[in-house]
Amino acid sequence: MSEIPTRAVRELTIRVLRCNPAEPEQTPEWQDFRLEEAEAMTLFVALSLLREEQDASLSFDFVCRAGICGSCGMLINGRPGLACRTLTRDLPDTITLAPLPGFELIADLSVNTGKWMRGMSERLETWVHDAGLADHNLAQVEAPMDPALAREIYELERCIECGCCIAACGTAQMRENFVGAVGLNQVARFRLDPRDTREDADYYELVGDEDGVFGCMTLLGCEDLCPKDLPLAAQIAFLRRKMARA
Amino acid sequence: MRPSVNRWPARVDVLQSASGLLLVLFIWGHMFFESSILLGHDAMYLVAKAFEGQPLLSEPHPELVSIAGGTVLMLIALHALLALRKFPATWRQYRELHGHLGRMRHWDSTLWYVQVITGFFLFFLAAAHLSQMMLQPEDIGPYASADRIWSDHYWLLYAPLLLTVHLHAAIGVYRLAMKWGPFSAATTDRWRGRARLLMVSALAFFLCLGTASLVTYMRLGAEHAPYKGERYTPSWERE
Repeated sequence: MSEIPTRAVRELTIRVLRCNPAEPEQTPEWQDFRLEEAEAMTLFVALSLLREEQDASLSFDFVCRAGICGSCGMLINGRPGLACRTLTRDLPDTITLAPLPGFELIADLSVNTGKWMRGMSERLETWVHDAGLADHNLAQVEAPMDPALAREIYELERCIECGCCIAACGTAQMRENFVGAVGLNQVARFRLDPRDTREDADYYELVGDEDGVFGCMTLLGCEDLCPKDLPLAAQIAFLRRKMARA
Repeated sequence: MRPSVNRWPARVDVLQSASGLLLVLFIWGHMFFESSILLGHDAMYLVAKAFEGQPLLSEPHPELVSIAGGTVLMLIALHALLALRKFPATWRQYRELHGHLGRMRHWDSTLWYVQVITGFFLFFLAAAHLSQMMLQPEDIGPYASADRIWSDHYWLLYAPLLLTVHLHAAIGVYRLAMKWGPFSAATTDRWRGRARLLMVSALAFFLCLGTASLVTYMRLGAEHAPYKGERYTPSWERE
């Protein structure tokens, strides 16, 4: 009697770029970890096992484990993605992990996307602008918004600022002042919002230059690698047409 | 509009795209006219004379070709000047870009780099071709062109020019569509697929057409080499 063949369990090699700027005497180097693959294993699970069982000093970020917080963005075999949403079964036996380029390195796979995002947010003033906001009565019921418009705004609001679009963007890698898809998406989002009283001429002052929408070279890395599948190419083209006329 | 706002970044971006589009339309039209040789000597003769203004002015005026050539050269200069802003400029930028393209293995990012490389070669190849046309505008015709291409070895210029200009034009059209195309979020993927199909089809078509006519000119030039310098007489003017 022949037995029903069961699938052999794969042994994964996880190659991590180790670097800790807090210890300058240590040179950056690749370190290989070996790990038995488990059913439905995500990279987040794999990294947690490595830290628990093999090397407690391995640094990487995570919070939500569900693709909502945007903390676990990293280069997976060279391309940006979220560790918690990447299944090891979709990857080859050797998996290379490196920190997202373009952000301040904290250690190993952990980068300070928050600092970058805050800078972008302050520069593009990504909050509702309204002259009467200080006198606004917060107890008052908000004016209703058209559901179709609310859905449209929500679609862009889904951005989790994980930084994958910046790591996927050749322009952002070459020119560090470029606001990237995340910034342009934010501008498109507030432009839609009826509560924001800014006009296209105001937005032009924020993104109407080579660091903004006219710096984009349409390499479409953002569109193709956004973990949340945001319509970034359509938003940037739309903003470019509006700003060309603003 | 506010007086303090700098409108130039917007104008420059529109101008770069518009000059590129005009140049693509020019080169695609050019391919149909030059490949008239595939329809015979007389067809090519008629096209050449038409561009010298003979049907309207009764006499051929080759200087019209020089003027057209000069206009195209100026358009190329403008397009190149505007596109230079986007070229990587420093060693650090080249290092970042090469590292990025190598890691990403991403089709559209790589296509842009093909534009940088072909664009760079076109500075020289297109300028050489256009200077020759502007300085010797009367040397366009079934025998004159064939002699230039074969006996004067111009095929060595035209073969790489054919490949680079059509790569640059076809990729450029696709990138223009993605850059400005008024596609909704829901239809972007579909339009992107169509634009890609247009890019690949246009590239294949114009490379085939261009190669066929270049080979035809080379063959004619080789046959006509002993009589180099002789000009073509159309069939209706012969006894």
